[in-house]
Amino acid sequence: MMNVIINGTPYDLPDGTTVAQAVARLTTATTGVAVAVNEEVVTRGSWDSTRLTERDRVEVLTAVQGG
Amino acid sequence: MTEDALVIAGQKFASRLIMGTGGAPSLEVLDQALAASGTELTTVAMRRLDPAQRGSVLDVLRARNIQVLPNTAGCYTAGEAVLTARLAREALGTDWVKLEVISDERTLLPDPIETFDAAERLVADGFVVLPYIGDDPALARRLEQAGCAAVMPLGAPIGSGLGIRNPHNIELIVEAAQVPVILDAGIGTASDAALAMELGCDAVLLASAVTRAQRPDLMAAAMRSAVEAGRQARQAGRIPRRRYAEASSPLTP
Repeated sequence: MMNVIINGTPYDLPDGTTVAQAVARLTTATTGVAVAVNEEVVTRGSWDSTRLTERDRVEVLTAVQGG
Repeated sequence: MTEDALVIAGQKFASRLIMGTGGAPSLEVLDQALAASGTELTTVAMRRLDPAQRGSVLDVLRARNIQVLPNTAGCYTAGEAVLTARLAREALGTDWVKLEVISDERTLLPDPIETFDAAERLVADGFVVLPYIGDDPALARRLEQAGCAAVMPLGAPIGSGLGIRNPHNIELIVEAAQVPVILDAGIGTASDAALAMELGCDAVLLASAVTRAQRPDLMAAAMRSAVEAGRQARQAGRIPRRRYAEASSPLTP
C-alpha cells in the first residue's frame, strides 16, 4: 500500500494505482474535470498510464459557481 | 450578428454584458438570471471536486449555449494562477482565462506584480488572457503590450457594489487601449453599468449585483438594458457639460 493525498485527504491505495483509478474514487464524471499531481497537470489522455507514488499530492478540480 | 459586436481575440459577441456565476442561491435562480441578462460569456471558478455535489454550473451554461470563461479566483501567486488556468483548460477545453490574482482576503484587490507575471507566462503558453486589474492606466498599457486580449479594470472592490470610484482613470484606460476594456467588479446597480459604458468601456462584467439582488432575474434584465443604453449614449455623443443654462426654447416671444 501507499499513502497519497487526494484533495487534501490522505488515502491508502494499492501500489501502482493510476490517476484514473484515483479520480474514480471521487467521481464518475469524465468531462469538466482536471487533475494535477504535485502541481503538474496530468492530461486526460495520460490518466490511465500515470501511476501514483508514495506521498503524491493529487488535486482533482472542476468548475463551480464563481466570478 | 449585429454590426456593433464586442470582439475579443477575434471572436464576436452581440452582448456586451459578461456575467459571473458567484453568489446565486441556486442553479435555478442563476439560470433565470443568465437568461434575462442575454449574456453570451460567463465566468466560473475552479475548485476541488466535491463528490456530494449535485448539478453543475457547467450544465446550466451548456443548456443556454453560453461560452464559459474560467477564472483563477482564489489565487494569490502567479504560480497558482498559471496552474489553475492550465487545469481549467484541461477541464473545460478553452484557452480563455479571466486572470485574477488577489493580494488579500479583506479587499480582494488584484496584485499587480503577480498578475503581470502570470499574464506573461499564460500568453506565452497560448492562452487568451483577460486580466482583472486595479484602475491603473499604466498597468493596463503594460498588460496590453504583454499580449493580453483585453483588460478588466475594477470599478470598486469585488462584491462591494460601490460603483465606479475613479471614472477618470477608467477614461484614461479606455483612451489608450487598443484591446477591449471590460469594467469588472464594483457594479451595484444599473446606473453603474450604464456609466461604465458611457465612459467608453467595451463591456461590463458583473455577478453579485445580479445574483445577490432580491430579484436576480429582474436585475439581470435591468443590467442588460443599462449596458445597451450606456453603449448607445457613448456612441451618440453626449452634450458638453455647461456651467450655465443653454436655452432649448426661443427666449423671445
